[in-house]
Amino acid sequence: MVPLFNEAAVIASVVKGALSVFPHIVCVDDGSSDDSAARALAAGAVVLRHPINLGQGAALQTGIDFALAQPGCDFVVTFDADGQHLVSDAQAMVRRLETEPLDVVLGSRFLDGRTRVGWSKRLVLRTAVFFERASSGIHLTDAHNGLRAFTRDAARRIEITQNRMAHASEIVNEIGKKKLRYAEQPVKVVYSAYSKAKGQSLWNSINILADLFLN
Amino acid sequence: MEHQTTIKVILIVAFAAFTVFLMLPGRGARHLAIRRLTMILILALTIAAVIFPNALNQVAHAVGVGRGADLLLYGLIVVFIGNALVQQRRSRHIEQQITRLARRLAIAEAERPLPRDTERPEADTAD
Repeated sequence: MVPLFNEAAVIASVVKGALSVFPHIVCVDDGSSDDSAARALAAGAVVLRHPINLGQGAALQTGIDFALAQPGCDFVVTFDADGQHLVSDAQAMVRRLETEPLDVVLGSRFLDGRTRVGWSKRLVLRTAVFFERASSGIHLTDAHNGLRAFTRDAARRIEITQNRMAHASEIVNEIGKKKLRYAEQPVKVVYSAYSKAKGQSLWNSINILADLFLN
Repeated sequence: MEHQTTIKVILIVAFAAFTVFLMLPGRGARHLAIRRLTMILILALTIAAVIFPNALNQVAHAVGVGRGADLLLYGLIVVFIGNALVQQRRSRHIEQQITRLARRLAIAEAERPLPRDTERPEADTAD
Protein backbone atom coordinates (compact mmCIF):
# COMPACT_ATOMS: atom_id res chain seq x y z
CA MET A 1 0.00 0.00 0.00
CA VAL A 2 1.21 3.43 -0.98
CA PRO A 3 0.41 6.66 0.88
CA LEU A 4 -0.02 9.24 -1.85
CA PHE A 5 0.12 13.01 -1.71
CA ASN A 6 0.76 15.14 -4.76
CA GLU A 7 3.03 12.76 -6.67
CA ALA A 8 1.33 12.92 -10.06
CA ALA A 9 4.67 13.04 -11.87
CA VAL A 10 5.87 9.64 -10.68
CA ILE A 11 2.97 7.70 -9.20
CA ALA A 12 2.03 5.85 -12.40
CA SER A 13 5.49 4.37 -12.83
CA VAL A 14 5.68 3.51 -9.13
CA VAL A 15 2.34 1.69 -9.28
CA LYS A 16 3.24 -0.15 -12.48
CA GLY A 17 6.60 -1.18 -11.10
CA ALA A 18 4.98 -2.53 -7.96
CA LEU A 19 2.24 -4.32 -9.90
CA SER A 20 4.88 -6.26 -11.77
CA VAL A 21 5.58 -8.12 -8.52
CA PHE A 22 2.65 -7.60 -6.18
CA PRO A 23 -0.91 -8.52 -7.12
CA HIS A 24 -2.69 -5.71 -5.28
CA ILE A 25 -1.60 -2.11 -4.92
CA VAL A 26 -3.64 0.24 -2.76
CA CYS A 27 -2.92 3.95 -3.02
CA VAL A 28 -4.31 6.14 -0.27
CA ASP A 29 -4.65 9.57 -1.77
CA ASP A 30 -4.29 11.98 1.12
CA GLY A 31 -6.23 14.87 -0.35
CA SER A 32 -3.84 15.54 -3.24
CA SER A 33 -4.51 18.73 -5.15
CA ASP A 34 -3.12 17.33 -8.40
CA ASP A 35 -4.35 14.32 -10.38
CA SER A 36 -2.24 11.77 -8.47
CA ALA A 37 -5.29 9.67 -7.60
CA ALA A 38 -6.55 9.44 -11.18
CA ARG A 39 -3.09 8.44 -12.42
CA ALA A 40 -2.71 5.80 -9.75
CA LEU A 41 -6.10 4.39 -10.66
CA ALA A 42 -5.26 4.40 -14.37
CA ALA A 43 -2.00 2.63 -13.61
CA GLY A 44 -3.90 -0.18 -11.95
CA ALA A 45 -4.02 0.62 -8.24
CA VAL A 46 -7.06 0.58 -5.98
CA VAL A 47 -7.46 4.16 -4.82
CA LEU A 48 -8.81 5.30 -1.47
CA ARG A 49 -9.31 9.02 -1.15
CA HIS A 50 -9.12 10.97 2.06
CA PRO A 51 -11.57 13.81 1.54
CA ILE A 52 -9.09 16.14 3.26
CA ASN A 53 -5.36 16.03 3.85
CA LEU A 54 -4.66 14.23 7.13
CA GLY A 55 -1.01 13.23 6.91
CA GLN A 56 1.03 10.21 5.97
CA GLY A 57 0.43 8.33 9.22
CA ALA A 58 -3.32 8.58 8.75
CA ALA A 59 -2.98 7.42 5.15
CA LEU A 60 -0.99 4.36 6.21
CA GLN A 61 -3.59 3.34 8.76
CA THR A 62 -6.38 3.78 6.21
CA GLY A 63 -4.54 1.59 3.72
CA ILE A 64 -3.86 -1.06 6.36
CA ASP A 65 -7.51 -1.09 7.46
CA PHE A 66 -8.57 -1.55 3.86
CA ALA A 67 -6.02 -4.27 3.16
CA LEU A 68 -7.05 -6.23 6.23
CA ALA A 69 -10.65 -6.15 5.07
CA GLN A 70 -9.68 -7.90 1.83
CA PRO A 71 -9.91 -11.67 1.86
CA GLY A 72 -6.64 -13.47 1.24
CA CYS A 73 -4.41 -10.60 2.34
CA ASP A 74 -1.46 -12.26 4.09
CA PHE A 75 1.12 -9.48 3.98
CA VAL A 76 1.01 -5.71 3.92
CA VAL A 77 3.92 -3.72 2.50
CA THR A 78 4.16 0.05 2.85
CA PHE A 79 5.91 1.75 -0.03
CA ASP A 80 6.61 5.44 -0.71
CA ALA A 81 4.85 7.07 -3.64
CA ASP A 82 7.82 9.10 -4.84
CA GLY A 83 9.81 6.25 -6.31
CA GLN A 84 12.43 6.13 -3.53
CA HIS A 85 12.11 2.41 -3.01
CA LEU A 86 12.98 -0.61 -5.11
CA VAL A 87 10.29 -3.21 -5.70
CA SER A 88 12.97 -5.91 -5.49
CA ASP A 89 13.72 -4.83 -1.89
CA ALA A 90 10.04 -5.05 -1.00
CA GLN A 91 9.86 -8.48 -2.56
CA ALA A 92 12.84 -9.68 -0.55
CA MET A 93 11.21 -8.41 2.65
CA VAL A 94 8.00 -10.33 2.01
CA ARG A 95 10.03 -13.42 1.26
CA ARG A 96 11.67 -13.12 4.66
CA LEU A 97 8.25 -12.93 6.31
CA GLU A 98 7.31 -16.10 4.49
CA THR A 99 10.42 -18.05 5.37
CA GLU A 100 11.56 -16.68 8.75
CA PRO A 101 9.68 -16.47 12.06
CA LEU A 102 9.11 -12.73 11.80
CA ASP A 103 6.13 -10.39 12.15
CA VAL A 104 7.67 -7.24 10.72
CA VAL A 105 10.55 -6.47 8.37
CA LEU A 106 11.71 -2.85 8.29
CA GLY A 107 13.80 -1.33 5.55
CA SER A 108 17.08 0.33 6.45
CA ARG A 109 19.22 2.42 4.16
CA PHE A 110 22.24 2.15 6.44
CA LEU A 111 22.88 -1.57 6.29
CA ASP A 112 24.71 -1.68 3.01
CA GLY A 113 26.58 0.75 0.84
CA ARG A 114 23.91 1.23 -1.78
CA THR A 115 22.48 4.48 -0.40
CA ARG A 116 24.43 7.71 -0.17
CA VAL A 117 23.08 9.82 2.69
CA GLY A 118 23.98 13.47 3.21
CA TRP A 119 25.41 14.50 6.59
CA SER A 120 22.42 16.54 7.76
CA LYS A 121 19.97 13.77 6.95
CA ARG A 122 22.27 11.26 8.54
CA LEU A 123 22.44 13.37 11.71
CA VAL A 124 18.67 13.72 11.92
CA LEU A 125 18.10 10.02 11.37
CA ARG A 126 20.77 9.04 13.89
CA THR A 127 19.17 11.29 16.49
CA ALA A 128 15.76 9.80 15.74
CA VAL A 129 17.20 6.30 16.10
CA PHE A 130 18.54 7.29 19.51
CA PHE A 131 15.14 8.58 20.65
CA GLU A 132 13.37 5.52 19.35
CA ARG A 133 15.76 3.25 21.15
CA ALA A 134 15.28 5.19 24.37
CA SER A 135 11.48 5.12 24.18
CA SER A 136 10.80 1.70 22.70
CA GLY A 137 13.86 -0.35 23.62
CA ILE A 138 14.17 -1.34 19.98
CA HIS A 139 17.46 -0.76 18.27
CA LEU A 140 17.17 0.00 14.58
CA THR A 141 19.66 1.51 12.21
CA ASP A 142 17.17 3.62 10.24
CA ALA A 143 14.45 5.63 11.90
CA HIS A 144 12.34 6.81 9.04
CA ASN A 145 12.17 4.39 6.19
CA GLY A 146 8.86 4.13 4.37
CA LEU A 147 9.50 0.57 3.22
CA ARG A 148 8.04 -1.92 5.69
CA ALA A 149 6.50 -5.35 5.45
CA PHE A 150 4.00 -6.71 7.96
CA THR A 151 2.30 -10.03 8.31
CA ARG A 152 -1.46 -9.79 8.45
CA ASP A 153 -1.38 -10.36 12.18
CA ALA A 154 1.24 -7.64 12.79
CA ALA A 155 -0.64 -5.17 10.60
CA ARG A 156 -3.78 -5.86 12.59
CA ARG A 157 -2.08 -5.31 15.93
CA ILE A 158 -0.20 -2.13 15.10
CA GLU A 159 -2.25 1.00 15.62
CA ILE A 160 -1.14 4.26 14.05
CA THR A 161 -2.66 7.27 15.76
CA GLN A 162 0.00 9.76 14.71
CA ASN A 163 -1.49 11.38 11.64
CA ARG A 164 1.61 13.20 10.47
CA MET A 165 5.23 12.12 10.23
CA ALA A 166 5.66 10.88 13.81
CA HIS A 167 4.00 7.63 12.78
CA ALA A 168 7.39 6.13 11.93
CA SER A 169 8.48 6.31 15.56
CA GLU A 170 5.03 5.24 16.64
CA ILE A 171 5.28 2.07 14.57
CA VAL A 172 8.59 1.26 16.26
CA ASN A 173 6.98 1.86 19.66
CA GLU A 174 4.10 -0.40 18.74
CA ILE A 175 6.48 -3.15 17.69
CA GLY A 176 8.11 -2.90 21.10
CA LYS A 177 4.87 -2.68 23.04
CA LYS A 178 3.20 -5.59 21.27
CA LYS A 179 6.38 -7.65 21.32
CA LEU A 180 6.38 -8.32 17.59
CA ARG A 181 9.30 -10.20 16.09
CA TYR A 182 11.12 -7.81 13.80
CA ALA A 183 14.16 -7.65 11.57
CA GLU A 184 15.81 -5.05 9.41
CA GLN A 185 16.46 -5.49 5.74
CA PRO A 186 19.07 -3.51 3.82
CA VAL A 187 17.26 -1.47 1.20
CA LYS A 188 18.32 1.18 -1.25
CA VAL A 189 16.76 4.60 -1.08
CA VAL A 190 16.92 6.34 -4.43
CA TYR A 191 17.51 10.04 -3.96
CA SER A 192 16.48 11.45 -7.28
CA ALA A 193 16.42 15.19 -7.85
CA TYR A 194 12.67 14.81 -7.60
CA SER A 195 12.59 13.14 -4.20
CA LYS A 196 15.28 15.46 -2.85
CA ALA A 197 13.21 18.48 -3.73
CA LYS A 198 10.30 17.05 -1.76
CA GLY A 199 12.31 15.64 1.14
CA GLN A 200 11.78 16.16 4.85
CA SER A 201 13.28 19.32 6.22
CA LEU A 202 15.15 19.58 9.49
CA TRP A 203 12.26 21.62 10.86
CA ASN A 204 10.03 18.64 10.44
CA SER A 205 12.02 16.66 12.98
CA ILE A 206 11.07 19.25 15.59
CA ASN A 207 7.42 18.81 14.68
CA ILE A 208 7.82 15.06 14.98
CA LEU A 209 9.24 15.39 18.48
CA ALA A 210 6.40 17.68 19.50
CA ASP A 211 3.82 15.28 18.07
CA LEU A 212 5.36 12.39 19.97
CA PHE A 213 5.62 13.97 23.38
CA LEU A 214 2.66 16.33 23.62
CA ASN A 215 -0.81 14.96 23.87
CA MET B 1 13.52 39.84 47.18
CA GLU B 2 12.96 36.84 49.46
CA HIS B 3 9.36 37.89 50.20
CA GLN B 4 8.49 37.06 46.58
CA THR B 5 9.02 33.37 47.21
CA THR B 6 5.32 32.64 47.73
CA ILE B 7 4.20 33.89 44.33
CA LYS B 8 7.12 32.12 42.68
CA VAL B 9 6.10 28.84 44.25
CA ILE B 10 2.47 29.37 43.19
CA LEU B 11 3.41 30.13 39.60
CA ILE B 12 5.88 27.29 39.31
CA VAL B 13 3.36 24.83 40.75
CA ALA B 14 0.72 26.09 38.31
CA PHE B 15 2.96 25.60 35.28
CA ALA B 16 4.21 22.24 36.51
CA ALA B 17 0.58 21.16 36.86
CA PHE B 18 -0.01 22.21 33.24
CA THR B 19 2.94 20.15 32.11
CA VAL B 20 1.64 17.08 33.90
CA PHE B 21 -1.83 17.72 32.53
CA LEU B 22 -0.38 17.84 29.04
CA MET B 23 1.29 14.45 29.39
CA LEU B 24 -1.69 12.64 30.91
CA PRO B 25 -4.45 11.26 28.76
CA GLY B 26 -7.77 13.08 29.05
CA ARG B 27 -10.33 11.46 31.31
CA GLY B 28 -13.80 12.33 30.00
CA ALA B 29 -16.30 13.43 32.61
CA ARG B 30 -13.84 14.23 35.36
CA HIS B 31 -11.80 16.34 32.98
CA LEU B 32 -14.80 18.31 31.86
CA ALA B 33 -15.97 18.82 35.43
CA ILE B 34 -12.56 20.12 36.53
CA ARG B 35 -12.53 22.53 33.61
CA ARG B 36 -15.95 23.86 34.48
CA LEU B 37 -15.18 24.19 38.18
CA THR B 38 -12.02 26.09 37.30
CA MET B 39 -14.03 28.39 35.09
CA ILE B 40 -16.54 29.11 37.88
CA LEU B 41 -13.72 29.70 40.35
CA ILE B 42 -12.06 32.17 38.00
CA LEU B 43 -15.33 34.02 37.47
CA ALA B 44 -15.99 34.18 41.21
CA LEU B 45 -12.49 35.52 41.85
CA THR B 46 -12.91 38.13 39.14
CA ILE B 47 -16.19 39.36 40.61
CA ALA B 48 -14.66 39.43 44.08
CA ALA B 49 -11.72 41.42 42.76
CA VAL B 50 -14.06 43.97 41.19
CA ILE B 51 -16.12 44.40 44.37
CA PHE B 52 -13.16 44.45 46.77
CA PRO B 53 -10.19 45.96 44.95
CA ASN B 54 -8.36 46.39 48.23
CA ALA B 55 -8.63 42.71 48.99
CA LEU B 56 -6.72 42.08 45.76
CA ASN B 57 -3.96 44.33 47.03
CA GLN B 58 -3.87 42.52 50.35
CA VAL B 59 -3.69 39.12 48.70
CA ALA B 60 -0.92 40.44 46.48
CA HIS B 61 1.08 41.59 49.49
CA ALA B 62 0.46 38.29 51.24
CA VAL B 63 2.03 36.30 48.41
CA GLY B 64 4.87 38.76 47.88
CA VAL B 65 3.60 40.75 44.88
CA GLY B 66 3.81 44.55 44.96
CA ARG B 67 0.38 45.51 43.65
CA GLY B 68 -2.98 43.85 43.08
CA ALA B 69 -2.75 44.76 39.41
CA ASP B 70 0.48 42.76 39.10
CA LEU B 71 -1.15 39.75 40.72
CA LEU B 72 -4.01 40.10 38.26
CA LEU B 73 -1.52 40.01 35.40
CA TYR B 74 0.12 36.86 36.76
CA GLY B 75 -3.29 35.26 37.09
CA LEU B 76 -4.17 36.26 33.56
CA ILE B 77 -1.02 34.64 32.21
CA VAL B 78 -1.69 31.40 34.07
CA VAL B 79 -5.30 31.28 32.87
CA PHE B 80 -4.27 32.13 29.32
CA ILE B 81 -1.68 29.40 29.04
CA GLY B 82 -3.98 26.88 30.70
CA ASN B 83 -6.70 27.75 28.24
CA ALA B 84 -4.32 27.42 25.30
CA LEU B 85 -3.35 23.93 26.46
CA VAL B 86 -6.95 22.84 26.91
CA GLN B 87 -7.82 24.09 23.44
CA GLN B 88 -4.83 22.34 21.92
CA ARG B 89 -5.86 19.06 23.47
CA ARG B 90 -9.40 19.58 22.33
CA SER B 91 -8.41 20.23 18.73
CA ARG B 92 -6.28 17.11 18.81
CA HIS B 93 -9.26 15.11 19.91
CA ILE B 94 -11.39 16.58 17.14
CA GLU B 95 -8.63 15.78 14.67
CA GLN B 96 -8.77 12.14 15.70
CA GLN B 97 -12.50 12.08 15.16
CA ILE B 98 -12.15 13.65 11.72
CA THR B 99 -9.48 11.10 10.87
CA ARG B 100 -11.77 8.21 11.72
CA LEU B 101 -14.56 9.78 9.74
CA ALA B 102 -12.36 10.38 6.69
CA ARG B 103 -10.98 6.85 6.91
CA ARG B 104 -14.45 5.32 6.92
CA LEU B 105 -15.39 7.44 3.94
CA ALA B 106 -12.23 6.57 2.00
CA ILE B 107 -12.68 2.85 2.56
CA ALA B 108 -16.40 2.94 1.79
CA GLU B 109 -15.76 4.69 -1.51
CA ALA B 110 -12.72 2.71 -2.64
CA GLU B 111 -12.17 3.03 -6.39
CA ARG B 112 -11.11 -0.14 -8.16
CA PRO B 113 -9.01 0.04 -11.31
CA LEU B 114 -10.26 -1.07 -14.68
CA PRO B 115 -9.06 -4.49 -15.82
CA ARG B 116 -5.32 -4.45 -16.42
CA ASP B 117 -5.39 -4.55 -20.23
CA THR B 118 -6.89 -1.08 -20.51
CA GLU B 119 -3.82 0.81 -19.29
CA ARG B 120 -3.43 4.19 -20.81
CA PRO B 121 -0.07 4.87 -22.40
CA GLU B 122 -0.04 8.58 -21.47
CA ALA B 123 0.14 7.73 -17.80
CA ASP B 124 3.39 5.86 -18.35
CA THR B 125 6.38 7.84 -17.16
CA ALA B 126 8.63 4.92 -16.31
CA ASP B 127 12.30 5.72 -16.29
